[in-house]
Amino acid sequence: MLTSLIAGTWSQLRTLGMVFRHAFRRRETVSYPEEAVYLPPRFRGRIVLTRDPDGEERCVACNLCAVACPVDCIALEKGEAEDGRWYPATFRINFSRCIYCGMCEEACPTSAIQLTPDFEMSEYRRQDMVYEKADLQIDGPGKDHDYHFYKVAGLAIAGKDKGEAQDERPPRDVRTLLP
Amino acid sequence: MATIEVDGRRYTVDERDNLLQACLTLGLDLPYFCWHPAMGSVGACRQCAVTQYRDADDTQGALVMACMTPAADGTRISIADDQARAFRANVIEWLMIHHPHDCPVCEEGGHCHLQDMTVMTGHHRRRYRFAKRTHRNQYLGPFIGHEMNRCITCYRCVRFYRDYTGGDDLGAFGAGDNIYFGRHREGTLASPFAGNLTEVCPTGVFTDRTHAERYTRKWDLQFAPSICHQCAVGCNTSPGERYGEIRRIENRYHGEVNRFFLCDRGRFGHGYVNRDDRPRRPEWRERAGKARVLEVDEALERGGEALSRARRVIGIGSPRASLESNHQLCELVGEANFSTGIAEREQACLARMQRLNRDAGLPTPTLRDIEAHDAVLVLGEDLIESAARLGLAVRQAVLGRREALAAERDIPAWNAEAVMTLAQDARHPMFIAYPTATELDALAEQCLHRAPDDIARLGFAVAHAIDPAAPAVEGLDEATKALAERIAEALLAAQRPLVISGGSLESPALLEAAGNVARALAGWERRGGLTLVRREANSTGVALLGGRPLEWALDALGGGEADAVVVLENDLYQRLPGERVARALAAAGTVIALDHQRTATWEAARLGLPAASFAESDGTLVSLEGRAQRFYAVYEPRYLRPETRLHPSWRWLQALQASRERRAVPDVTLDALTRACARRHPALAGIVEASPGAETRVCGLKLARQPPRYSGRTALRADLDVSEPPPPPDPDTPFTFSMEGYAGFDRPHREVPFAWAPGWNSPQAWNKFTDEVGGHLRGGDPGARLLAPAAGLGGHVDAIPPSFTPEAGEWRLVVLPRLFGGEETSSRAAAIQARSPIPALRLAPADARRLDAAAGDRLVVETALARITLALHFDATLPDGLAGVPAGLAPGLMTGDAARVTLAPRDEGGAP
Repeated sequence: MLTSLIAGTWSQLRTLGMVFRHAFRRRETVSYPEEAVYLPPRFRGRIVLTRDPDGEERCVACNLCAVACPVDCIALEKGEAEDGRWYPATFRINFSRCIYCGMCEEACPTSAIQLTPDFEMSEYRRQDMVYEKADLQIDGPGKDHDYHFYKVAGLAIAGKDKGEAQDERPPRDVRTLLP
Repeated sequence: MATIEVDGRRYTVDERDNLLQACLTLGLDLPYFCWHPAMGSVGACRQCAVTQYRDADDTQGALVMACMTPAADGTRISIADDQARAFRANVIEWLMIHHPHDCPVCEEGGHCHLQDMTVMTGHHRRRYRFAKRTHRNQYLGPFIGHEMNRCITCYRCVRFYRDYTGGDDLGAFGAGDNIYFGRHREGTLASPFAGNLTEVCPTGVFTDRTHAERYTRKWDLQFAPSICHQCAVGCNTSPGERYGEIRRIENRYHGEVNRFFLCDRGRFGHGYVNRDDRPRRPEWRERAGKARVLEVDEALERGGEALSRARRVIGIGSPRASLESNHQLCELVGEANFSTGIAEREQACLARMQRLNRDAGLPTPTLRDIEAHDAVLVLGEDLIESAARLGLAVRQAVLGRREALAAERDIPAWNAEAVMTLAQDARHPMFIAYPTATELDALAEQCLHRAPDDIARLGFAVAHAIDPAAPAVEGLDEATKALAERIAEALLAAQRPLVISGGSLESPALLEAAGNVARALAGWERRGGLTLVRREANSTGVALLGGRPLEWALDALGGGEADAVVVLENDLYQRLPGERVARALAAAGTVIALDHQRTATWEAARLGLPAASFAESDGTLVSLEGRAQRFYAVYEPRYLRPETRLHPSWRWLQALQASRERRAVPDVTLDALTRACARRHPALAGIVEASPGAETRVCGLKLARQPPRYSGRTALRADLDVSEPPPPPDPDTPFTFSMEGYAGFDRPHREVPFAWAPGWNSPQAWNKFTDEVGGHLRGGDPGARLLAPAAGLGGHVDAIPPSFTPEAGEWRLVVLPRLFGGEETSSRAAAIQARSPIPALRLAPADARRLDAAAGDRLVVETALARITLALHFDATLPDGLAGVPAGLAPGLMTGDAARVTLAPRDEGGAP
């Protein structure tokens, strides 16, 4: 009885001491929002649409992000420019459904859709969580500085004719008999 | 039947098949490119290699191409053998060497056979480091896009285009690495079946250009089983919708009707559904005032009140509306006040055709059955223009001689090159009689280009030559007499003679002549057929439903016997001269129009109720072969455009009737309405069989309209409201507007919204739904046949018209049907407008010289009812004294009318 009383008291005092000692330890919590949080570059937050190194829209409206999305929160519609370049006529992400899994980024064949280290997207109205293309498009290439889809793909666009893509020979003349 | 062993398992297969067909019929996945069920094998792509073993002791085996090896009894093969797998992976790697790395920007991606096969063989990394060969693309017209670098040289396109459809402006150019599939120079592909290249081509070389602007991946389209509304053939289609628009139409396999192919009018003529100027809300018009948009309740109230005030209400139905809508209109106004909305002359022809289908003794063959006939007589129809898909089937019938010859020499029918080389130009006999040259003439043994009456006389003469009991034709010239005898001889020599005629020339004598030929043939022991071509999607059905002709309705309105009219999905101005229609509508106190297009009739109506088109409503149509088929709504328009008030016409009419009788709108489902329609009209009793009931379930589930990987569900309409509403309910059909439902292939079901099976995203997935490749749907082919010959033969008709003799200074009109631009709704689609040729007046060169006119001169054609200015086109095949005008220009121009043709004064403007 007496031993357990002593042991109990000691335990209480020890706990108090430990808690008191923590007052002098380095803080793990951050006083957000006064203090900014550090987010690693590969943090998966707010989704953006990037541009290629020439400053043109990277998204070609292939719909792979939309089909990869496990919560089906991406919807877009294809448009086609005069020169044959595909672009999204509309691009909508419903962030109130998004789970920031990054599958869209993984599926994107042009590095257009990227997740950024930004999570500050709270809204008072859920409707404001619906982002349209103008809200998503940024001016730079994002994480991928060099990739330029149309320089690789065989589709001809303004300034890049058939045969001028990566690893392409000039177009064949079908009428010639020479090998 | 043969027993073969595949990877150690024994199967029973058809020994007439090749191994590829046999494997696919068994449901085994074997990659292939160049083989096509409708076109046979040529062994060009080397993709379907399997290892064949001599016997049980042979462990080595040898590679063979499955598509070129017969499925003989005792064959032992392995698909999974390492050697075969490695070979197939290598082949696809070679085929992909020049492939341009552009799947994300390819309109084939997602329903691409090449993608499917690449995944199936496991080729996923490019090893070839050298430069790719490239080609320039061509402009191939408004329908087809061209991207030559995606080609894998399987030759399917030219085999389909040249061998199957008879087109001659697409070919393979160059050789080896240079090979190029295209036209000799840029230009519109001439074949009316060019659209099928988008499905025939296993890659993205030929894609749907009309859809390119608003392209949507197949997995994102919402589909429903539908029936083409652009002619009377009744092809099955799968329209795909996204964002409240029909984005493209895909072929829906039907084992007896269209099978793998559609015509371009059907495939690309849906644009009218998406028109911005479509009425989407009820409109009320005071006299000559601007239209006011009404809410549904107010519109119904006003409509009901106007109808209850009226002394007598006339209902004008429509051959382009469903049976249910026509029936509901008939119920609203009463049978005595119901008009079919078809002009008198056309209706007379329809009634005759209906009678001939019953008492001419020959059954109406299905399209597939047509291909099995071995002698064809076409009286007064240009099939490619009036019922294109039927024309394509007739072409296969004539070419069927090839298979017959091959069978005599034990060459299997699938061995396409051998069969063609053997047969050369051998064909079954076909005879075509039409006022001018038709596209099928090239295949015919003999053609006759004469006036409709002379064609009828030829028909009567043929009937007399077959059966002396049929009336003889007096005063026939020697050449025609000889032709009639040759035709009779050919038809009698055939096992299965086929007689084709129709209402295009609006000549009852012509139909009776075809009827006499059919009766004469029915007397002999032959399995013949009689096909009668109707004009519109539901012409056959409305004729079975019955009703007075349109002229009667207009007279009743004009004469003051009735003071209100309800017009159902019908532009009267397209059927009769405008003045007459306008007079009648002006005389009517109340005009209520239901339509899905802003037509002249809609503009003239007091109350306009926006009807749902085929894409948004359900209903039953009867095709020219008497097949009642149900089409289902593809999408619910209010889901994405809440402001629209589109409803099926039958629903509007139910509500209008309730409002008129001041009672609540009854909650009647489509199935109940179809049953009521079948009860009321005994001729239509079979239509209840046309569709599985709305309560049908597969594995306890409704059928999904959306593919399993439909994307964007929670973002599609998030701009309207971030909270998603539940999918719209659909009590009328066994389908849901959702991806949650049955979308598989292994439980047979009759109505398939879209073809998809795991690993098979392209239209080749249909092989998973059929009992054998190119066979019938495992769940049964959709539709119910309504027309069958009755027991007794009718007597021969002897109303033989006199021969046509041209009169000086006067021409007889022949209105020539047009595939593009000759049909009311599809000619409102932008793509069809772009493809329609400039309408021209056709005159025989001698006639034109008498007028002192040169080709291209503008001429005025004037009849008692209409006047039109057209450019002149010399037509050397047209007989003297006939003036050919294209259909769909002015309803006052009717075949057989006398016309005056004069040179247009200089100041007269262009064609209308």
